[in-house]
Amino acid sequence: MTEPTFGGNAGMSSQYLEIRDLRVQFDGFTAVDGVDMTLLQGDLRFLIGPNGAGKTTLVDAITGLVPATGSVTKSGVELLGKKVHKIARLGVGRTFQTASVFEELTVLQNLDIAAGAGRSPWQMLRRRKDVLPQIEEALETTGLGAHRDIPAGILAHGQKQWLEIGMLLVQNSDVLLLDEPVAGMSHDEREETGQLLRRIGAERTVVVVEHDMDFMRAFATSVTVLARGKVIAEGTVEEVQNDPQVQQVYLGTASLEEAL
Amino acid sequence: MSVLTRPGPVRTWAGFAIAALVLFGLAPAVLSDFRLNLLAKFLCFAIVAAGIGLAWGRGGMLTLGQGVFFGLGAYMMAMHLKIADAEVRGDTVPDFMQIAGIRELPAYWVPFTSPLVTLLGILLVPALLALLLGLGVFKRRVKGAYFAILSQALAAAFAILLVGQQSTGGSNGLNRFRTFFGYDLSDPINKRMLFFIVAAILLLVVAATRQLMHSRYGELLVAVRDQEERVRFLGYDPATVKVVAYTVAAFFAGIAGAMFVPIVGIISPADIGIVPSIAFLIGVAIGGRTTLLGPVLGAIGVAWAQTSLSESFPSAWTYAQGLLFIVVVGFFPAGLAGIATLRRRKRTGSDAPAEEPDIEPTAENTEMEPAR
Repeated sequence: MTEPTFGGNAGMSSQYLEIRDLRVQFDGFTAVDGVDMTLLQGDLRFLIGPNGAGKTTLVDAITGLVPATGSVTKSGVELLGKKVHKIARLGVGRTFQTASVFEELTVLQNLDIAAGAGRSPWQMLRRRKDVLPQIEEALETTGLGAHRDIPAGILAHGQKQWLEIGMLLVQNSDVLLLDEPVAGMSHDEREETGQLLRRIGAERTVVVVEHDMDFMRAFATSVTVLARGKVIAEGTVEEVQNDPQVQQVYLGTASLEEAL
Repeated sequence: MSVLTRPGPVRTWAGFAIAALVLFGLAPAVLSDFRLNLLAKFLCFAIVAAGIGLAWGRGGMLTLGQGVFFGLGAYMMAMHLKIADAEVRGDTVPDFMQIAGIRELPAYWVPFTSPLVTLLGILLVPALLALLLGLGVFKRRVKGAYFAILSQALAAAFAILLVGQQSTGGSNGLNRFRTFFGYDLSDPINKRMLFFIVAAILLLVVAATRQLMHSRYGELLVAVRDQEERVRFLGYDPATVKVVAYTVAAFFAGIAGAMFVPIVGIISPADIGIVPSIAFLIGVAIGGRTTLLGPVLGAIGVAWAQTSLSESFPSAWTYAQGLLFIVVVGFFPAGLAGIATLRRRKRTGSDAPAEEPDIEPTAENTEMEPAR
């Protein structure tokens, strides 16, 4: 399997997400201020920045949750102005800071719902009989195969996040926006999540919003730094770490050594 | 017996068979005509309850205004029966209109001269109204208490509208029906036939609800109830999912209302306003709103308790009903069905998900017994 690499790994044929001059305003406050970003397939991009930098708002704007101006195109299709579920159907999936799986439904039911947005009414009215191949695959990729029949509500915290990622996989998303997927995870769970992201990131466009710098250093192939709604640096982990502007931003909140 | 207590097709069919035996064999054999007619009325409430169980229990929509759809079905049926009675007598207008001095059938009554139009109206009008309302409400993301208040206000408005209409009998409503599609309603055999019809409808409604609950749609509905926003990010429009359950519930309520009319012999604004709309809910809450049979048996049980208790303690029932509702909603949100599952789980020591709606043949039996 190919690994995610800086600049993407799929050449000219790749899927991409292009963000141009994206702005989000709340009552005169500009949360996202003219962001330009190009995300390529096979590039495991980390989006970092101090609290309030607009990271989650940026993800919200891409997925249609908050109104924004500018342009977000996925392989040439404009996403801004479309409804949330329409954007999801175009292959843009996301997770949330707090895992939001369907707690009363089993792991399998969760995945089956995620796989089913394109089903016809007739298929919807029938019972779920067999397990779709892509669901089997997602169960294997996320390592949740043994838990398929238990309610998602009693999964461990890390497993819930993996289930969410699994749901994005069966949803057939090729742009994955993950909002702090390792928050609250143990060291081992982080490691496993990182490996999972590497596995899935090879064939998709993955953006990880993250606070954990060790995690970022271990797994990112490229990094975008956001501060006060603006992109202040972009590049490899090393380039970003050596950027004086980034160092300054992080010095404002914590010591550089601690933060980066 | 183990095959009957294990979930699966055998138990399902056995459950339906036992329910059919009780409704078509046992009940008519042991109940007096009067009690059987009462039970038929309770079965009408049970049909409404099955729909509420789907919309509220599974879909999370607190449908406080089912009286509107129940009333629409009921009034359409009642108008047809009144016209048919007048035709039998050779009059152009129903009796109550003659008294009020109305000489000609109002234009909106005319379509209900035809039995076919009436039946189609009963099947389509409540469902279509729910579809339109649902689209308007759920697409605008109105939910929770706002939806509940809205639907209740609608029930109130509908009842008030009817009180002011002389051409539907005002607050007296429509009553004294002589025939039902040509059958004499004073004949006990025909009353018994009505019971069989409503019993068959109830079984069909339960079967349809069961299919909906167990289908992929049913799983999606629960997902929408618990995490509406998350469902959106999976590419579904939750409003569509909710509209379907709301429409189905209205469809059931309309049919129940239509059957209520020949069985009870009267429909008035008092049967469809706020209080009856809430009463529909109480049985559902007590029985267990998330299960298949909880709402059905709860509605029958509460209606029976109301009838028998209000015979002996007319004023106490209202308080008992309110208390029961508060206790169940406050302390046993899963209703009696929830308590039953809890006990079963303790006994078997398994923590298998109780999500599977249960067919409880024995419960069907015990709920029927008091009505003897």
